[in-house]
Amino acid sequence: MARTLINVPPKAKRGQIIEIKTLISHVMETGYRRDETGAPIPRDIINLFVCSYNGTEIFRADLHQAIAANPFITFFTVATETGTLEFRWTDDNGQVEKASARITVE
Amino acid sequence: MTGESLSPVTRRAVLIGVAGAAASATLLVRRAEATPEMMKAAIHRVIGESPVRKGKVALDIPPLVENGNTIAMSVSVESPMTETDYVKAIHVFNEKNPQPDIISVHLGPRAGKAAFSTRIRLADSQNVVAIAELSDGSLWSDTVEVIVTIAACLEYN
Repeated sequence: MARTLINVPPKAKRGQIIEIKTLISHVMETGYRRDETGAPIPRDIINLFVCSYNGTEIFRADLHQAIAANPFITFFTVATETGTLEFRWTDDNGQVEKASARITVE
Repeated sequence: MTGESLSPVTRRAVLIGVAGAAASATLLVRRAEATPEMMKAAIHRVIGESPVRKGKVALDIPPLVENGNTIAMSVSVESPMTETDYVKAIHVFNEKNPQPDIISVHLGPRAGKAAFSTRIRLADSQNVVAIAELSDGSLWSDTVEVIVTIAACLEYN
């Protein structure tokens, strides 16, 4: 569906607050535009973004048409343990794009 | 005589026509942009009727933006983010885009810091409102007036 870009620090101290940056390529078509022939272009946006840390959901965002194309979202989490951060983006058609990143916590 | 008997019908037809035109014009206006009332309705839908206080929330958007298609926005909330005192959710709304919702984020004590950032679209100069929902149920907000010189969507109309 789309290209993703994730930025998670590879290493962190236990209890440290880390910043996570995520980007996905997507048109975020609002449904309010028309093509050259005047026909409305159907809405197609990513409406849900979820991040899980070793299986536990730590951040969730409901997105609307007012989010710019190629949604960029940054947020924070406490580095609790070594493991995997999983990212999931869901679009209007129910398609899911996944990405993940490893983090080592000392 | 003929004219008089016809006139009520004609007047009614005209009135119906005018009312219909006015109604469809209103509908068109409604479709083109949300209003502050629509934003209030959206806020009530999301957070209910509880009172919202000003403070604790910092909504950071440049006050003057050139391109409404992509505007950097970040929101942070003053909170210790402990198990007993944390920010549950942050919702952002606008007044004049076709839809009043922008984003709702859900977080918890594990976030460490109640903040996020993204990039948004604004169709016109308007107020943007961020509302934070705390674990104790209280609601806090910040409002920023943004002036947009090139609106999102315009280039396609």
